[in-house]
Amino acid sequence: MSKPKVFEKPVGVRDYLPHAVAKLRRIELSALDCMRRWGYEQIITPTLEYYDTVGAASTTSDRKLFKLLDHRGTTIVLRSEMTAPIARVVASLLRQAPLPLRLSYHANVFRAFDEGAGRDAEFFQTGAELVGDASAEADAEIIALAASSLQAAGVPSFSIAFGHVGFLNGLLEEKLPGRRDEQDLLKDCLLKRDFVGYRDRLRELALDGDDRRALEEVLDLRGGREVCDRALALGRSGEVRAAIRQLGEIWDVLGAYGVQHLVSVDLTMIGDFSYYTGMIFEGYASQLGFPVCSGGRYDNLLAQFGRPAPATGFALKTTRILEVVNGQAEEHQRVLILYASRSLAEALAEASRLREEGLTVVTASLRGQDDWEEAEKLAASGAEGPFEFRGRTFDRLILFGKREEEAP
Amino acid sequence: MSEMDWLTVVMPKGRIYGDAVRLFRRAGLPVPEEDDESRKLIVPIAEASLRFILAKPADVPTYVEYGVADVGVAGKDVLLEENRDVYELLDLGIARCRMCVIGLPGGKLPIYPRVATKYPNVASRYFREHGQQVEVIKLNGSVELAPLIGLADRIVDLVETGRTLRENGLVELETMFEITSRLIANRVSYRTKYAQIRSLCDRLAKAAETAAAGGAAG
Repeated sequence: MSKPKVFEKPVGVRDYLPHAVAKLRRIELSALDCMRRWGYEQIITPTLEYYDTVGAASTTSDRKLFKLLDHRGTTIVLRSEMTAPIARVVASLLRQAPLPLRLSYHANVFRAFDEGAGRDAEFFQTGAELVGDASAEADAEIIALAASSLQAAGVPSFSIAFGHVGFLNGLLEEKLPGRRDEQDLLKDCLLKRDFVGYRDRLRELALDGDDRRALEEVLDLRGGREVCDRALALGRSGEVRAAIRQLGEIWDVLGAYGVQHLVSVDLTMIGDFSYYTGMIFEGYASQLGFPVCSGGRYDNLLAQFGRPAPATGFALKTTRILEVVNGQAEEHQRVLILYASRSLAEALAEASRLREEGLTVVTASLRGQDDWEEAEKLAASGAEGPFEFRGRTFDRLILFGKREEEAP
Repeated sequence: MSEMDWLTVVMPKGRIYGDAVRLFRRAGLPVPEEDDESRKLIVPIAEASLRFILAKPADVPTYVEYGVADVGVAGKDVLLEENRDVYELLDLGIARCRMCVIGLPGGKLPIYPRVATKYPNVASRYFREHGQQVEVIKLNGSVELAPLIGLADRIVDLVETGRTLRENGLVELETMFEITSRLIANRVSYRTKYAQIRSLCDRLAKAAETAAAGGAAG
């Protein structure tokens, strides 16, 4: 590649200008504050982690991890998500802390995508993890908290679909007992959202007609509570029943939270099977082609860090949410103080006073004829309401001193 | 239904378009023929609450992944090459062909063969999975020329009838995949506009079935 031009950045990273930052901060703070109200405490972990620990435990595929070498030659990764780092903290620094633990975070995470894929290499996630509670109430709490956080973040309209990896695992084992390779093939199709491939594979497999129909019908299992009954008609194994029972319980608890109108059961929802162990979910906003949040239960992760514990959690795709949230008006009034040089002390004292009150105050001294003419014109036009001064917008103008007082 | 709730369908220009239009019409969806396409890039069909847009075939999955179109028609070749995160809902059974490894008859392969193709990702993945390291050369057209003038030892390309190959003295060495066009959907649209996408999918499935039956009879 040729030497980069001075304005260029590596592919997939971006700058955020003041307007976007203001919006991003509002989303982040509202979401974190929402999580605080649910008892989730924020933690910060490092950007760099070891490849062999957090890198290996994370759900991100090896190819998509940013890797580098430290001065000793140890492989380091830029964190690709926050769940594995939090699992590491819970199993080490917070080892003595009694469970359940409720933790929240806001962080930049990194993914190496193929050039030209048009995806961000660095983006923000705001999320929560509930560690040490295996109940359906815990899963429902996480889904309800996700809904509440999306509302707090200002996402205008959204819906959440949730499923359970145990259902498909159980159903495949029931219909294709011991045929692990064939099960993996089918799961792989679903993971890639390739329904055509899934149906093709099913046709090729040695299966009895009813079993094949049952596995085909999986692709239609979505809707309300009734989906659970339809799913139960397809499989009888213990794992299938357990998964469906849990989904039903989660559904009922979500009713108690008053968010049932926002959720649906969706058994075509497929997560990474090596990572998720139970409920999984995604949130969708209208007018945005990508999910705004995702999460699920991962009961095996903590054991990899030496403290086995059930856990469930989610992450808001904060950078995506930025695209759907409307820019709200600046909350603080912006004051412009212009002053003659003799009135400097007076002007800056007033600025301090207004800043104490929480207003945004910008000061500028008036130096030449042109400055004074502009200032007097602004003052004459009322000095109230939004006006522009040197490319910035202000709500109020205060003028200190007079032109005549200036030394010629 | 407000225009916001319409489905946006992205159709591939060129070779597949005619086949796709016939299928959509058989499903009772009056998509304009290419002739009366008249440079309009967006064609609304109010009675079906659909909006059609036209794109280069290779761009169809990108439009759908980003959600600027809810659904689209894309060749399996393009899906394999572009590797976009979209739902592949239905095999439309149109634009049927196969992706093949092609070369001159006879002749031994060098240790590190060169493969010319319009599908570099598909080609590298295929040879890697078959335990062979090759140098992939990306070409944008006239791929058949490459082995004839010594640019490449093999080519990977779509074969429909095989006539072009025969005319150039080339042979089909391996069939990699059967290719047809697919109905694809955006991840979010598939959930937020499920009823509409489902109904479109069912209508097209029925039309594709009758087309297949008719084709067999004819």
